[in-house]
Amino acid sequence: MNEITSTRSNPFVDPSVHVWHAEVPIYLFLGGLVAGLMVLAGLWRLRAPRESSRALTLLPWMVPVLLTVGMLFLWLDLENRWNAYRFYLTMQPTSPMSWGSWILLAVYPVSVFVAWVSMPEATRTAIVERAPLGGALLSRLETWALARERTLAWMSIVLGAALGVYTGVLLGTMAARPLWNSAILGPLFLASGLSSAAAFLLLHRITDAERTTIGRLDMGLILVEGLLLALWLVALRSGGASSRAAAGLLLGGPFTAAFWTLVVVMGLATPVLAEWIEARHGLRPGRVPAVLVLLGGFALRWIVVYAGQESAILAQTALR
Amino acid sequence: MKGPSYGMVLDTRTCVGCSACVIACKTENDVPDGVTRNWIFTEVSGTYPDLSMSIRSERCNHCENAPCVAVCPTGASYYGAGGTVKVDADKCTGCKACIAACPYGARFVDPRTDTVDKCTFCLHRLENGTPTTACQEICPTQSIYFGDLNDPESDVSRLLASRASYTLLPDAGTRPKHFFLR
Amino acid sequence: MKRRDFIRFGSAGLTAAAVLGAARSRQLQAYAHPVPDPRTDGDRVVPSFCELCFWKCGILAHVKDGRVTKIQGNPNDPLSGGRLCPRGAGGTGLLYDPDRLQRPMIRRGARGSQRFEEVSWDAALNRVAEGMQAITARHGAEALALYSHGYGGSWFEHLFKAYGSPNITHPSYAQCRGPRDAGFELTFGEGAGSPEITDMAHARCLVLIGSHLGENMHNTQVQDFASSIRAGGDLIVVDPRFSTAAGKARHWLPIKPGADLALLLAWMHVLITEGLYDRDYIAQYAYGFEQLKAHVEPLTPEWAHPRTGIDPAVIRQTAHLMAGARPATLVHPGRHVTWYGNDTQRSRAIAILNGLLGSWGRRGGLYSSSQLEVMPYPKPAYPTVTAAIRDRADPTLYPLGHELAQGIRDASIRTEGKEPGIRGWMVYGSNLPTTLPDQRATYRAIQDLELLVTVDVLPMEIVGWSDVVLPEATYLERWDDLNTPAYREPFVSLRQAAVDPLFESKPGSWIAKELGKRLGLASYFPWNDAKEYVETRVRATGLDWERLRKDGTLRGSPQPLYYEEGVAPSFATESGKIELYSAQLAGLGFDPMPTFHDGEVEDPPAGYYRLLTGRAPTHTFGRTTNNRLLSEVFAENAVWVNRAVAAKWRLQDGERIYLKNQDGVRSTYSAPVKVTERIHPDAVYLVHGYGHTAKGLRFAQARGIDDAELITRYKVDPIMGGTGMNVNFVTFLRASDVDAEAAKEVVT
Repeated sequence: MNEITSTRSNPFVDPSVHVWHAEVPIYLFLGGLVAGLMVLAGLWRLRAPRESSRALTLLPWMVPVLLTVGMLFLWLDLENRWNAYRFYLTMQPTSPMSWGSWILLAVYPVSVFVAWVSMPEATRTAIVERAPLGGALLSRLETWALARERTLAWMSIVLGAALGVYTGVLLGTMAARPLWNSAILGPLFLASGLSSAAAFLLLHRITDAERTTIGRLDMGLILVEGLLLALWLVALRSGGASSRAAAGLLLGGPFTAAFWTLVVVMGLATPVLAEWIEARHGLRPGRVPAVLVLLGGFALRWIVVYAGQESAILAQTALR
Repeated sequence: MKGPSYGMVLDTRTCVGCSACVIACKTENDVPDGVTRNWIFTEVSGTYPDLSMSIRSERCNHCENAPCVAVCPTGASYYGAGGTVKVDADKCTGCKACIAACPYGARFVDPRTDTVDKCTFCLHRLENGTPTTACQEICPTQSIYFGDLNDPESDVSRLLASRASYTLLPDAGTRPKHFFLR
Repeated sequence: MKRRDFIRFGSAGLTAAAVLGAARSRQLQAYAHPVPDPRTDGDRVVPSFCELCFWKCGILAHVKDGRVTKIQGNPNDPLSGGRLCPRGAGGTGLLYDPDRLQRPMIRRGARGSQRFEEVSWDAALNRVAEGMQAITARHGAEALALYSHGYGGSWFEHLFKAYGSPNITHPSYAQCRGPRDAGFELTFGEGAGSPEITDMAHARCLVLIGSHLGENMHNTQVQDFASSIRAGGDLIVVDPRFSTAAGKARHWLPIKPGADLALLLAWMHVLITEGLYDRDYIAQYAYGFEQLKAHVEPLTPEWAHPRTGIDPAVIRQTAHLMAGARPATLVHPGRHVTWYGNDTQRSRAIAILNGLLGSWGRRGGLYSSSQLEVMPYPKPAYPTVTAAIRDRADPTLYPLGHELAQGIRDASIRTEGKEPGIRGWMVYGSNLPTTLPDQRATYRAIQDLELLVTVDVLPMEIVGWSDVVLPEATYLERWDDLNTPAYREPFVSLRQAAVDPLFESKPGSWIAKELGKRLGLASYFPWNDAKEYVETRVRATGLDWERLRKDGTLRGSPQPLYYEEGVAPSFATESGKIELYSAQLAGLGFDPMPTFHDGEVEDPPAGYYRLLTGRAPTHTFGRTTNNRLLSEVFAENAVWVNRAVAAKWRLQDGERIYLKNQDGVRSTYSAPVKVTERIHPDAVYLVHGYGHTAKGLRFAQARGIDDAELITRYKVDPIMGGTGMNVNFVTFLRASDVDAEAAKEVVT
């Protein structure tokens, strides 16, 4: 073991990079959840079932609400946050963060329209009638949206998928952080977001039929997520020394216990087992597995962000 | 006729790791307390008494394929004259993606401006007519050379042509322009 | 976007993306802001010379809006050549140190309580004069002593000479390079100089005995060291520690601490018995060759091996390398050589080795220096002082030594029934508690003094114990005497103020003159101020004053450096030749040739390790450890412990420990352990200058371990009185253990 010293001691860079703290995993989780909700809301619109629980008709409004909370945390993470408008003066094609800033912007109108048309007609009418001056405008917008309901639904699905994937791509293209540097991270985040969204829906008062459908969907998504997690770690373990050392953070290193208990056991294995048992015995899917899925999704983001910053490309020695 | 490509050569044979470069950079560039744009890296290998040591002065590598430029969402990180990687503080939001993307840990957040900062190859000196960086000028062992890699007669080109050298993390794909003579 | 695209982006790296990005970014460049200029270039650029250490490199101080923004090297200066070490570059950290002494102070509490009252300059200076005169009236001027370290001390030395006190001492003599110069004077009739007369840039083989150039940052020395490496010379480093220099050496000889003399003698043996020495040179210039030959006859590499731990084959191999490159083989005289109390003899061995190699006076060896003569400022002659300097109890001791700082200290201590010979100290720029060995004795002496006056810039430990504190302006705020060192070429450099003194600090030249006026010595200070003093000197010599002010340096005509260039060999020794055998030493009862005495350097007791100390490149002892700019790089020292030793003690890298020495003295503070392969298992290593206890040094206080606390034992060189300090041994105390029990009291 060579003796290495450096006189550099820059805050949040030495001894290892830790520039991103709680704000980033909170945003990633909320962003993933929102992405999943957008996809599910779009799919639900496309199916357009006649009978829908009141909760499902109103939950699409959580998209702009939760996204705003997430973006608030993102904004708080910025060191020079009053310069945030700069994101919107340019488009940097090589920067997934730049894509993301525009995707986030586009999400608002699309999600608001989708949430509007998802509501029962009675509710929509009641609001238009009570609306101040904008009653006429609202009515015109509603007409416009209803005419393009299917298009909006597809946009919700596509934007949601983009939202769910871009953060994984952002982290995944950083060669400097070997734990993140994988093409699997994007799809993994999307799968996790979808699974979180499904779990989120299960927390609310939805019909039994809806609960069964969404429960089965969630089970499938958890399995996909588990598969992607496994692929991610296998790919790292079969890579070069830096990738192996990065994987080591979760396989024996300081994040091992947190990863396996919170993400794998609590966030994936327990819920999928519970949901399988419920399905097998025809029980009503409960809320506890859903809560575990959400907590596990958050833990995954947290561990990825913190452990990823600790990983680094191993230096080659200049000596023999 | 190619434009200039600015790079730096550090002679590890003569570098004693005194940190004059660090202090000179701080005073020349008014770098705030608690952060530094350059530093000394020392590595010792072997078992007493069969030892060998390598000492070098390091800073931003001004990579030709800079991941910090690629990842910057506002264009605050960009390529300046001679391929020098620069930061336009006016555009920087402090998102720190560039810090996470740099495999060398060369960037930091300037606590005074809350924007990201790093070595600038003292381009302001070049623009004012002094073609040396502050670290190069002060180095008492004359171990630091700055110049145009595209000019075959420059000191940097001559040194790289005549002596074995290496770069840091060559497999990271960054194509750094900071070379270290063995 | 399809999955394939994800994979391509992820696994194929950033090439495509970056090309896009690069093209796009170059487009954006047109809209990018111009290069931001930090605007540190000065409106005025003032050449001067540095005082962060004592080398006096020429600097250019940039002044903008009344502040010094940065310091560069002065390209006109022969010492710096326009390049600086980190300390010189960090001078603004001293100028703007928030802990600087601001106003004169007079002690109001008990000595050492650090309770002072700020007073006017008038009150302070009057107090000093009264105190000095009171002591003089009762005990004579010879009861007053001046300790001086730093170029501004010249004004106070002048004051003391005018006052008629014989006790003027510089710790840089007996605590640093005194033995080296004594050894070289005995051999060649001339000391090694400061700057050292080493022609390193042309050396084909450079041998460093314990010298750690590269960590010791004497600018010109390091520049020359780098030149010699660049020129492809061979480097041999003899050091119990794998220093920076050792890291560049072709041969690192990890010598057992204290055994250097055995190695030097064995090298002499090889050179002589194998006929590899410079025969013509020795025949022509040396005296005592036959005696030396007989003396080293039995001192074979095999004899040296068990004493030094160096393989005999390596001893021969390195001797051959040295011989092969002669006369351009330089065995460096070193600088701080007060190690084991036999240091004059060891330095003499180095000198003799250079003689055998024929390097004295030759290119690549030791050159002949020249000095620019500048007319003195006309002033009255000093009074004749009949009293001898009171730096030793017995006048027959240390016959070749002078101005022993520790002796002056000891003479100030009251012993049973015997009054001290020295009653009052003036201390210029020297933090005596961390400079002199046996700190307890220094504090005892201070307690016994009737008067302690310090002239300093920062509230060092000595300042806290003073009766009167006189705040001096830093080198950037004052003019001082001209610097005309003996060097490769004759030159004169100027120190001129870049900015006005901050707070109420004053230049030393003003302080000394004002004191002189109050002591009835106004006639000795006929100049108005230091500026007028130097201008008069320069003009009287016929030099271009305006050019000196503008360029900072004026050179004289180049002089020949080597015998090859026409320097006439001459040796100011008794025999008029290079004395390989010293009849002078024999006559005084010392070994006429360096002799290795087994057991002279003791081994560490079990469980203890020899305490070795050295320098960090960003620091000048304890002077700079409060400089926040410099300390960012190296804020706290660490105890270097050999890896095997650390394993035995189960010490982890970075774990904090206290050190306790053989006399039971424990360090006041703790420091982290540096577990390393780079140190001999018999020793531990600390950088000197840390562990400040002075509360006024708000940054440096309590950082790291003060080695000076642990140097309670020292061995005095019998020839010239140098204090060998590498004779202390320390053991480890885990910080957790120490903090758990009640803290032991440091024996003071």
